[in-house]
Amino acid sequence: MKTVYVDNNATTKVAPEVLEIMLPYFSELYGNPSSMHFFGGQVQKKVNEARERTADFLGAEPSEVVFTSCGTESDNAAILGTLDSYPEKRHLITTRVEHPAVGNVCTYLGRKGYRVTELSVDREGRLDLDELRESITDQTTMVTVMYANNETGVIFPIEEIGEIVKAKGIPFHTDAVQAAGKIPLNMKKSAIDMLSISGHKLHAPKGIGVLYIRKGTKFSPFLIGGHQEKGRRGGTENVPYIIGLGKACELAKKNLDQENTQVKALTDYLEAKLLEKIPNTLVNGDRKNRLPNTVSVSFEYVEGESILLLLSDLGICASSGSACTSGSLEPSHVLRAMGVPFTAAHGSIRFSLSIYNTKEEMDYIIEHLPPIIQRLRDISPFWKDYLRAQGKK
Amino acid sequence: MWDYTEKVKDHFLNPRNVGEVENPDGVGEVGSLACGDALRLSFKLDEKKRIEDVKFKTFGCASAIASSSALTEMIKGKTLEEALKVSNRDIAEYLGGLPEEKMHCSVMGREALEAAIANYRGQEVTKEDFEIICKCFGVTDKEIERAIRENDLTTVEQVTYYTKAGGGCGQCHPKIEAIIEKVRKEMEKEAPPPKAEKRKLTNIQKIKLIEETLGREIIPALKADGGDLDLIDVEGNKVLVALRGKCSFCPSSEFTLKQYVETKLREFVSDDIEVEEVRP
Repeated sequence: MKTVYVDNNATTKVAPEVLEIMLPYFSELYGNPSSMHFFGGQVQKKVNEARERTADFLGAEPSEVVFTSCGTESDNAAILGTLDSYPEKRHLITTRVEHPAVGNVCTYLGRKGYRVTELSVDREGRLDLDELRESITDQTTMVTVMYANNETGVIFPIEEIGEIVKAKGIPFHTDAVQAAGKIPLNMKKSAIDMLSISGHKLHAPKGIGVLYIRKGTKFSPFLIGGHQEKGRRGGTENVPYIIGLGKACELAKKNLDQENTQVKALTDYLEAKLLEKIPNTLVNGDRKNRLPNTVSVSFEYVEGESILLLLSDLGICASSGSACTSGSLEPSHVLRAMGVPFTAAHGSIRFSLSIYNTKEEMDYIIEHLPPIIQRLRDISPFWKDYLRAQGKK
Repeated sequence: MWDYTEKVKDHFLNPRNVGEVENPDGVGEVGSLACGDALRLSFKLDEKKRIEDVKFKTFGCASAIASSSALTEMIKGKTLEEALKVSNRDIAEYLGGLPEEKMHCSVMGREALEAAIANYRGQEVTKEDFEIICKCFGVTDKEIERAIRENDLTTVEQVTYYTKAGGGCGQCHPKIEAIIEKVRKEMEKEAPPPKAEKRKLTNIQKIKLIEETLGREIIPALKADGGDLDLIDVEGNKVLVALRGKCSFCPSSEFTLKQYVETKLREFVSDDIEVEEVRP
């Protein structure tokens, strides 16, 4: 059975170039970059090179790049490290559609006595910037807003938000885990103070992340330990992964155009064909401001887990915002925040593409998905009711 | 990914008895679009009042579809009284088990069956008769109580897995806890924990069991306090032991023997054991 992998917002394939560059650092080049001898020194050179590549990708200074273990750590460090620097202020602004790596940290802080404002989104998943303006007070410690949503791909106007926040002199963090590699980033011309990225979303392996911290930003380390990362993150550098991430960033910069042309064309093609071939299908999220690789579609009157398992049976790997896939009982917080009706929220499927996908693969999905939806609708008690109600009109 | 059994996968990929029975004798419907799963069950009886035909339509995940399909296979040919004996556990067992988080799918099957039979008998039960505990999923106290009883549940999390109650906003958790406490108390009263049945032992079996119990339950504890004990002989129900180490001159050795060694041997070997110390 062939595998059609269209779940790249969950994780991506490690690029062969990335794997190749990492391998020597698991075997012969095992030195510690902090060591004084040549054996560690040669490794440090490579770590520095990776830091430069990462900085170049972000349009940042190498000294502003802090390597972490994952996107979640970057988010935790950014939020907790900032709050720690401003102990007198007790207010935090975020959104209702954040990834749990930010959302659950904010919930935790709410329990610890912080006031947390969660900005709402409209039916298309867009923010109201006036709500942000009105929420900022002199007690506000920081604002954290994701760059692009993992479930719908909706992109927030991060620079505009950054300007509003910056004008008030408040630190601004963005979780750019899904945006990196798909949207051009240039920290030199940005209002962002801190930005999180995750290696495994851009063809580096799992277990490596980055927190960009603008020079001059107040920050207390989250992982307290040695002098590594200029005292901003203790722990011996994860050398092979850092070197792999450096390479992945170099590739991501090179492939950015391809993401926005070739990948975008495939995503749009898939979306258009599914809408054409399957009745009662809705697209979730603002299609005008969306990641080039992501489309979230809802098929009314069927349930997402069933769709995923039937797709999986054909080798197609996607994901869903349905309740049943996560073990929770309610559909995704993102779709609920957007007010997607229950008829559609339970039947949402997310396709997230990468540069490794082909048109043949899209055609394979387009061929097999309509009968799957039809089959589940034939089993669903609501579909016939719906058709009957339509007939009466 | 959920760890579904082959049987669940089979009933999901090849569901049996999908559809709606024409001119049904009874129809039951539970769940809703908002809840994320729903099941409509319809059946027809033959002249002998046995379920001749039964069909289902389900909106939901793989385990909901598989549970519905399994249920229809299980009740076909049964009388209504027989069918009503099918519990949610039977459905889960028929499928070779369900992930615990998905047990509510089997409960939904049983509820739809009851609703269909009530519909046939003209006894429509409405939820208004009971208190709705979980407002997010519309689960009543009766449904929660029943799931606790039938599946021996002890935690709020389990109640959520089996009934969905408490899986939304979480505001009803204290109420669910109170129901669990109430029902568990009632269950204890109704069925006092059965005393472990003690078999009639031969002498050899008895001596072996005494040795095992001493080695497993008693000597390690005595050793921890610097003592020890040897089994000297067994005469009928009399167990003769010699205390060693610190125990041999311990002022509370009598207490150790009666309260500890004898109690343990009575628990694991026989109710009428008496322990006596043999002094050298």
